[in-house]
Amino acid sequence: MNALTEFFAMGGYAPYVWGSYALALIIFIYNAWVPLRRHARLRSAIRADGRRDSAAVAAPTHRIHDENSP
Amino acid sequence: MAWWAVLRRDLLLSVRRLGELGNPVVFFAAVVSLFPLALGADAALLRSVGPGIVWVGALLATLLSLEGLFRADFEDGSLEQLLLSPHPASVLVSAKILAHWLVTGVPLLLITPLLGVLLNLSPLAQGVLFGGLLLGTPTLSLLGSVAVALTLGLPRGGLLISVLLLPLFAPVLVFGAGAVGSALLEMPVLPYFYMLGAELALAVTVVPLATAAALRASLGS
Amino acid sequence: MIAFFSRWASLPAFYRRSGRWIPWLWAAAAGLLVVGTVGGLVLAPVDYQQGEAYRILFVHVPSAWMAMFVYMFMAGASASAFIWHVKLAEILARVSAPLGAAFTALALATGSLWGARMWNTWWVWDARLTSVLLLFFLYLGFMALQAAIEDRRRAARAGAVLALVGVVNIPIIHYSVEWWNTLHQGATVSKFDNPSMTWDMLWPLLTMALGFMVYFAAAVLVRARSEILERERHRRWVIDEVAR
Repeated sequence: MNALTEFFAMGGYAPYVWGSYALALIIFIYNAWVPLRRHARLRSAIRADGRRDSAAVAAPTHRIHDENSP
Repeated sequence: MAWWAVLRRDLLLSVRRLGELGNPVVFFAAVVSLFPLALGADAALLRSVGPGIVWVGALLATLLSLEGLFRADFEDGSLEQLLLSPHPASVLVSAKILAHWLVTGVPLLLITPLLGVLLNLSPLAQGVLFGGLLLGTPTLSLLGSVAVALTLGLPRGGLLISVLLLPLFAPVLVFGAGAVGSALLEMPVLPYFYMLGAELALAVTVVPLATAAALRASLGS
Repeated sequence: MIAFFSRWASLPAFYRRSGRWIPWLWAAAAGLLVVGTVGGLVLAPVDYQQGEAYRILFVHVPSAWMAMFVYMFMAGASASAFIWHVKLAEILARVSAPLGAAFTALALATGSLWGARMWNTWWVWDARLTSVLLLFFLYLGFMALQAAIEDRRRAARAGAVLALVGVVNIPIIHYSVEWWNTLHQGATVSKFDNPSMTWDMLWPLLTMALGFMVYFAAAVLVRARSEILERERHRRWVIDEVAR
């Protein structure tokens, strides 16, 4: 038990050491979670678009504005 | 020669708008005179921080003057003609940059001795400051042209230019202000001038190419 | 060779292949980071000069390395986007900038925490901290430029020019800051790196660094995939891919 409290105390530098690791953890989780969520949302948005397009028989107006078309 | 033609045209155009020409100089003088108001009029203090103030002022004045470097030519379409001409765009661009330095950098240089008097600088510090600015301000104009070319036609481009340029300007500031600091400690000044000269030489060779590429990217050609 | 690259860099192929890699990369990154953290916090011995506070370096040093590495990666991607017009390289350069900025911010914050203990002040104009700060501004400038230009092709080409100008300037900035530092501070400020690092301190550091690298690979791929979907969202292959 004593060893454990000593470990968490980090020789009196606890806020600095744990603060650094906590900050790293926050940054790492944020930079993983936000892009993953964005990717999932994009996929579902595109899927919904596709369904709407195929439901409406209208011409695919989107493609005219496709900036990537050669 | 096309290079001369571009230079002459840009100089003529700016001479016809003398009012605008004076703006960076007025800004420079105003910024520098704000510092004693903020820091107090202690002559010894001003003498030691003066060179840094002058350098920061010159840097900011250059930043603000940059926005106009390509704007008029971009708006009336002559910039596109310049890129389409058979001459290499980087060479023509270098003429425009030189013109910019002649109409903004040189006036800043000319007023520096006066500002040095306001800040109680010694003749030695004045001389070193002038030499540093002489070698440093062309580099500022050169580096600046890349950022201007990149932000051409963007809304709020002025602020963006500053954000892009401030880290790139840091070495010029370090060597320029460092030279004066070194002179005040009676240490050699030449190494600083060599560094400023080296950066200028590098900028002269590389920047026109980068600016031409940036203009092409911005004009989409 | 060019055929190989163009096949490899084709966006649909890249999208599918990276989708298979990403779970493995996440797992590897998590494993390495956990092992490195345990090694750094528990197994590595106490430094006799700096005490327990030196354990911050197991986060600080890898993030500072990554701050540099990501900029080099960005510049490399920009160069290939600029020279060969590789779309994938444009995308990679664009999406790696926020990650590089995050690593740089982490390096600055942990450096500041470390300095708060070792120098008794939150910020010292130390040569290395100062050049990392300027690097942070370079990242922010790149991101601001990307955000300001709506057209993706133009943004990519402008960003490439800026990244290449930046990469030429980084050594100059670093050198000038070091010069400035020796003039104004002398050698009083102790360096971050411990010259006599023993193996039981070194292996957690290297494990952490590798973990950071793999994490970067995973995170950059996820961002690149979103970017691909957004650019190509009206293409047939994207609609088919998403519907599966």
